[in-house]
Amino acid sequence: MSVPVGPGGRRSRRDRLLGELRLWRPLDLIGVGAAWLVGILLVLVAASLLIYMGYRGLQYVNLDLLFSRPQPGSDQSQTGGILDPIVGTLMIIVIATAIALPLAVGAALWIVEYGKPRWLARVVESGIEVIAGAPSIAIAIFGLAIFQLPMFSWASFSAADGGGVFGRSFIAAGTVMSLIAVPSIFATTREALQSVPRHVREASYGLGKTRWATIRRVLLPTVRPDIATGTALGMGRIAGDTAIIVLLLGATLQLQAGTDIPGIGTLQGTGSTLTSYVYNNSPTGEGNAPEKAYAAAFVLMLLIIALNVLVAFIGRRRAGNDLPR
Amino acid sequence: MAEFPPPVRRISSEQAPNVVDPATRQEIPEPIARALAPSYGPERLRIDEVSIHYAGSARPAVNRVTLPVRQGEVLALIGPSGCGKTTLLRSLNRLVELTPGATRDGRILLDGDDIDQLEITRLRRRVSMIFQQPNPFPMSIFDNVAYAIREQAMRRPGKAVLQPRVEKALRRAGLWDEVADDLGRPALRLSGGQQQRLCIARALAVEPDVLLMDEPCSALDPISTGVVEELIHELRQNLAIVIVTHNLAQARRVGDHVAFMYLGDLVEYAPTEELFTNPRADRTRDYVQGAFG
Amino acid sequence: MLRSLFRPLTDRRAERMLGATAVSVVLVIVAMIVFIAIEAWPSFQHNGLSWFGSGKDVDAELGAMVNAGADPSGDAYQLRAWPLLYATALTTVLAVGLGVFIAVLASIFIVELAPPRVRSIVVPVVRLLAAVPSVVYGLIGILVLVPFVNDHLINEGQRESVSYVITLNGPGLLVSVVLLTLMITPIMISIVVDALTAVPRGWREGALALGVTRWRAVMSVSVRAIRPAIVAAAVLASARALGEAIMLSMVSGSKGFSPQPWDGLIFLFEPLRPLAATIAEQSEGIAAPALKSSIYAMALVLLVSSLFLSIGGSLIKRRLRLGTAR
Repeated sequence: MSVPVGPGGRRSRRDRLLGELRLWRPLDLIGVGAAWLVGILLVLVAASLLIYMGYRGLQYVNLDLLFSRPQPGSDQSQTGGILDPIVGTLMIIVIATAIALPLAVGAALWIVEYGKPRWLARVVESGIEVIAGAPSIAIAIFGLAIFQLPMFSWASFSAADGGGVFGRSFIAAGTVMSLIAVPSIFATTREALQSVPRHVREASYGLGKTRWATIRRVLLPTVRPDIATGTALGMGRIAGDTAIIVLLLGATLQLQAGTDIPGIGTLQGTGSTLTSYVYNNSPTGEGNAPEKAYAAAFVLMLLIIALNVLVAFIGRRRAGNDLPR
Repeated sequence: MAEFPPPVRRISSEQAPNVVDPATRQEIPEPIARALAPSYGPERLRIDEVSIHYAGSARPAVNRVTLPVRQGEVLALIGPSGCGKTTLLRSLNRLVELTPGATRDGRILLDGDDIDQLEITRLRRRVSMIFQQPNPFPMSIFDNVAYAIREQAMRRPGKAVLQPRVEKALRRAGLWDEVADDLGRPALRLSGGQQQRLCIARALAVEPDVLLMDEPCSALDPISTGVVEELIHELRQNLAIVIVTHNLAQARRVGDHVAFMYLGDLVEYAPTEELFTNPRADRTRDYVQGAFG
Repeated sequence: MLRSLFRPLTDRRAERMLGATAVSVVLVIVAMIVFIAIEAWPSFQHNGLSWFGSGKDVDAELGAMVNAGADPSGDAYQLRAWPLLYATALTTVLAVGLGVFIAVLASIFIVELAPPRVRSIVVPVVRLLAAVPSVVYGLIGILVLVPFVNDHLINEGQRESVSYVITLNGPGLLVSVVLLTLMITPIMISIVVDALTAVPRGWREGALALGVTRWRAVMSVSVRAIRPAIVAAAVLASARALGEAIMLSMVSGSKGFSPQPWDGLIFLFEPLRPLAATIAEQSEGIAAPALKSSIYAMALVLLVSSLFLSIGGSLIKRRLRLGTAR
């Protein structure tokens, strides 16, 4: 900028700043200070959390730990690795996402593209809001009631003496966990569908396509990045949830097949995930092996951060603020 | 009003607006000092060689414009859309700085002081702005008019202080008779024309020196437009007013001087009647005769 | 039959199919409430309204339920859940109260104050804080914060003054509220930031053009206009806070005790255990019918309150109407 030599004379930056501040009420200055403080504090808290977890993680994680199976025991050096929890986490993510994805996308499509009768659409929307707000512990305990019904005996295993159904298995935990992912997939998909301009649909109808053909050939490809974002967010919530795992996966250290059928037996059986492993190995749990808990929490954080980076990566092409919801 | 601002440059006692022919980009040599005869009182605002660039655009939005704004006159900025008139207006109280990537060169003097040397808040208290879309706040009529008085004060003034000032501002804006019976009504319930006059009252309540108006009537019906134009006519006694408009008839009705801008350049500046009846630049003639717009 | 599955869907069938998925979500919720209510019924039946009362030792009652075995008498169902309800309400109210304050300031910082470069750091940070699993917060709490509180904040005098009722050894209200606030604040920030960015530009510029300082413009116009969104954020965050089980079971001290504000500073260190954490911890003993029913009763209370909060929150959010001014 050209050098100002106005007849009013030059004032230093400092003078102008002080002059400006004289126009401010003291309370407002405190407000600005507090806002900056909060902003900086949030960054500091997150940074110290990351640094601390990274430090502890690198201290205790090694390849051997990642690829060996956990063993029962009270001595931390004897309790093996975290292979089974890692596998368990991935299994739960796959099962839950596979169920949640069609459910949430279908519901979003119906709401936006059909949505009649209106009252039913409103009920469905509120229903999904209720799921989003429902405590996962309540969802978990509901799942336990369901999967202990005799009609779901195939999903887990029953006591040998013909007693009650155990109700805890990968199938049970994965199915119930899918509810956790539904709201985020639903919300992003619905928002994306609503932002598709009307003329896009009208152009497709104008070509003689049916509604369903429009959905499949035009709308779904358009909103695919948003569905991916919602799914990645949902996966993050699945990977991070502990309550449902503790109640519905049995939280056994190793994967234990429920029946002898290969493959399916594992699904019917119990196991653990990284979250339940951390919970059980924290001082409040049964294991009390802080080193292992830190290591597992570190791996879990890596997974969560990777999913968030993925969201940011997909989200670069999407508009809007990408704060959590 | 004895104090004239000191001369900005020594080239002439009052430098002429730099009138540019957009076709050749040559300054039109014809002296137009006669247009600048100080018949309207002291100069309050001087726009001196102001250019404004937006990041990501090669052309400046405003290109080296020089213009005077005097006490007691209405300066109308006209030109086709995208000619930079709104950008120029928004730079006069530094609102343009809210747009990321906008940079300004050149000086703007308010009563001889460079506005960059003023506190931004103090500047905006003296140079207030009316927007294209009426923007009353979501509160009562009274609270809207009292808003700036309250928020500018270091300590919140009481109702007894506010009441007469609110009434005076509403009277000046010609809205008092219509709303006096219920000042507690939400401002957003008023009609569009009333809302715009409320915004004018809101600005007048803190008695600015200069009033900037960005197409204040473009969202209004013809009757409201007439009322607002009448109001502008009365207000200029005590204020310097700069109004941006794309409505030539309006510029002719309310303007004392008219500046025609085209693609960022100031093409012509003249007393209103002269610009409309006897434009010097071809471009101006084409525009005021409706050849393009 | 099979072939019809692979025929291209007609419009009507597509609508029915999609409608069915949407409705199935609602059915799941209805089933959830019904199932939990059925299982909870015996507990409410035996206790009546005194279920919500106080007066007995909750932990002893829960222990007795396990010992009562597979065929409990009516007495075994006895439960006075007040300390758990109180603990849930206390942690939620404190965390949300603190969180609203932080969230509004942080949102103003993000939307209005922070230079673009700082904003591009703060936004991912908020996202990260929201994504951290509760069990990781719990782990940090139990292994870092709890020892710190125990070693540096609690003195021997305080410990002894209450030693005949409870042990003060770190876990308790303070750590619980700090971590809970950290967990729910990002949710509120997200809602408030959305609302703040939706405030019409005309209002902000209008206020600035009147010579009002930046902060006053934000507070008197933007924040004023988005009050419904702030309330909605608080309500939705409460739903999240009262359902937090795992983290609180790790750091709350896990004792059916009601911290008393008039205990002074000790109040902050007193252990407690909210409903959700109780469910998580007691679920091991779910084979005992009396305990099972009590747990489901707690879950019902949680579910119904979160249901009202979620619906209420979204209703309030819908009331946010930012005029047409641009």
